[in-house]
Amino acid sequence: MSTLSPSPAASTTTARPAPSTAPPAARARRRLTPGARIAIIAALVAVASACFLLMFIRGSFEFAFERRLTMWGTMIVVAFTQGVGTVVFHTVTHNRILTPSIMGFDSIYTLMQTVLVSVFGGLFLVNADGVPMLLGQTAAMVLFATVLYRWLFSGKFGSLYILLLVGVVFGMAFDSISIFLQRLLNPTDYDMLSVELMGRMSSVDATYLPWAFAVCAAVGWVLWSRRFRLDVLLLGRDAAQGLGINHKRELTAMLIVIAVMVAFSTALAGPMTFFGFIVATLAYQLTGTHEHRYVMPMAFLLGLFTLVAGQFVLQHVFYASGFLTVIIEFVGGALFLLILLRKGKM
Amino acid sequence: MRNLPTRYFPAAVVLAAVGLTAASLLVGGYSITFEKLLHDPAAQHMFFVSRIPRTLALIFAAAAMSVCGVIMQLITQNKFVEPTTAGTAQWAGLGMLAILIVDPGAAPMAKMAVAIAFAFAGTWVFIAFLNRVRVKNSLVVPLVGIMLGAVVGSFSTFLAGTFDLLQTMSAWRSGGFSGIVEGFYEPLWLAAVVCVAAYFVADRFTVAGLGRDVATNVGLHYGRVVFLGVTMVALATGVTTVVVGFIPFLGLIVPNLVSMILGDDLRRNLPWVAALGVVFLLACDLIGRTIIAPMELPASVILGVVGAVAFISLVLRQRKHVNA
Repeated sequence: MSTLSPSPAASTTTARPAPSTAPPAARARRRLTPGARIAIIAALVAVASACFLLMFIRGSFEFAFERRLTMWGTMIVVAFTQGVGTVVFHTVTHNRILTPSIMGFDSIYTLMQTVLVSVFGGLFLVNADGVPMLLGQTAAMVLFATVLYRWLFSGKFGSLYILLLVGVVFGMAFDSISIFLQRLLNPTDYDMLSVELMGRMSSVDATYLPWAFAVCAAVGWVLWSRRFRLDVLLLGRDAAQGLGINHKRELTAMLIVIAVMVAFSTALAGPMTFFGFIVATLAYQLTGTHEHRYVMPMAFLLGLFTLVAGQFVLQHVFYASGFLTVIIEFVGGALFLLILLRKGKM
Repeated sequence: MRNLPTRYFPAAVVLAAVGLTAASLLVGGYSITFEKLLHDPAAQHMFFVSRIPRTLALIFAAAAMSVCGVIMQLITQNKFVEPTTAGTAQWAGLGMLAILIVDPGAAPMAKMAVAIAFAFAGTWVFIAFLNRVRVKNSLVVPLVGIMLGAVVGSFSTFLAGTFDLLQTMSAWRSGGFSGIVEGFYEPLWLAAVVCVAAYFVADRFTVAGLGRDVATNVGLHYGRVVFLGVTMVALATGVTTVVVGFIPFLGLIVPNLVSMILGDDLRRNLPWVAALGVVFLLACDLIGRTIIAPMELPASVILGVVGAVAFISLVLRQRKHVNA
C-alpha cells in the first residue's frame, strides 16, 4: 500500500498547477515561517468575519446582527470539526485522499433523520427539543462508529483500505434504506426532511452553539495535547511503533475523536462530503510544514475563511445565499478527482 | 469437496430460476391461480398486463446487471467493480435527470438515449482514471469508483433540488418493479440482447481480463475489446436505470459466486451468471413483495443490504486468500 508521501514545503506542488519556475512571490511565500502564514490567514479570517457580520445590513441592526452571529458561530464549529477532523484522519490512516465522511457518517445521519420523520412526521423535527436531540444523535453516531471500529480492529482486518471500504459499503446500505423510506413520505414531510438533510448554515438554533463550542474545546484540547504524537504517527505505523507509540491504541483513540467531531458537525449542519477534504488539502499546501501544531490551526482557519468569505460573496454578489455548501461540495469533489489524477497513485 | 457444488450447481440454479419465475407470476395483490388463468378473462388480463411484464423485467434487468458486472470486472481486472461501484449507474441517473430538466415531456426513447450516453461517458471517465491512477491495491479501485459516483450523485442531488425533482429522483434511485406494466418494460429487451451478444464475444473478454500486454501478445485488439465492453455496459445500465432504477451490488455478488464455484471461463459461465442473477433478484423481489404485503419493499433495498454484507464478506475472503 503506497501512500502519498507528504511533500515537504520545498515542493512546488500547490493546489493549482504552478509554473515550473516559481515566481518571486512564491519564493517569498516559501520563506515565511508557518507562524507567519497562520497569522496572515487569521487576519484574512478577521477581515472576512467583520465584513460578513457588519456590512450591508438593511433594517434592524439588532436582528440582522444576531442572526449573522449565530451563523458565524455555526461556521466556526463546522470549520473546526471538518477541517481538523479530516487532517487527523489523514494522519492516522496514512493517506490524503479519503475522508471521514466516506466512512458512512453522512449516511447514518440521513438514515436517522429519515427514520425520525417516518415515525413521527415532519413536524417532529421542527418542534423537537433541540439540544437533547442533537446530543442524542451525536451519541448514536459515535456509538455506531465505535462499535464499527471495535469490530474492524479486532484483528480480522489488516488493511485500512478494507476498513474504509467497509465504511463506504455500510454507507451505501444505509442510503438504500433511507431512499426507500423517503419514497413512503408524503410530500410535506419530504420537504421538511430535505431541508434537514441539505447542508445548512443558516437555520441552526442558537441554543445549540454553547454545547457545540464546549465539544469543540474539549476535542481541541485532546488533539492539542497529542500534537507531537500525531507528528510521529505521520511517519507510518512501523516507524511510529519503533519510536515507542502504541499505534493501535492511538489509532483507535483518534478515530473515536474523529467520530465525535464528524458526527457533531453532521448533526449540526447537515452532511458535507468534500468540505473537509478541500480544507485539509489546502492546509497541507499552505502551511509549509507537517507539524500538527501548525497544520491543525491552519486547517481550521482556512475552513472558516472559506465558509465566511464564500457566504459573504454569495449573499451580496450573487444573491444565492443558500448554495454555499453545494458549491463547496462541487469544488471539493472536482479538487478530489484532480488530486487523484495528479498524484498518479494512492 | 469443491466438486460437489460444482456438479450440482447448474441443476440447482435452473430449478430455482424456474420455481421463482412461477412464484413471481402467481404472487401479488390480485390472486391468480392456474385454474383462474384458464377460465377467468379478468385474471388473464391481469396476468398479461402486469405479471408477465414485471417478471420479464426482473429477468432481463437481473441478467443484464450480472453480465455487466462480469464484463466490467474483466476490463478493469478487479473483482469489486460493477455498474454501481464504478459510478456508471449514477451517470445514467444524471443523464435521466438532465433530460427531465431540459425536456420534461421527452419520449422514453430520448430518455434512454441520453441516459446511455451519460453512462457511456461516465464509464470511460472511470477507466481513464484507472489508467492514470496506477493502483497497487485492488481495494482502492471500487473506492475510487464509489467516490466518482458520489460526486456525480451529489451533482444530481443539487440539480434535482434546484428544479424540485428530489422525490422523483429518489423514486428511481431505489429500483422498484412495482410500477412495471405492459408498455413500460419493452426497452429491457435491449438489455437482453446485450446479454446474448456478450455470450458471443465472451472469449475476447476472458482474454482481455488477462491484461493489456498478454491480450495484445495473443493477438487481441485490446482497446477495441474494452470499447466494446464499455458500450455494452453503458447500453444495459442506461436502459435498466431508466426503466427500473438502480440495482446495487448484483453485478458484484453473482459473478464472484459463480467464479468461486465454476472457475473463470467466461464463455461457459456466462449463462450461469445470468441465471444466478435472475434467481437472486427474483428472490429479493419476492421477499419484498410478501414481507410487508400489501405494501412493497423494492428489490433494490433488500439487495442494498444483502449485497453490502456479501460484499464485505467477499473482501474479507480475499484477504484470507491470495492478496491481489
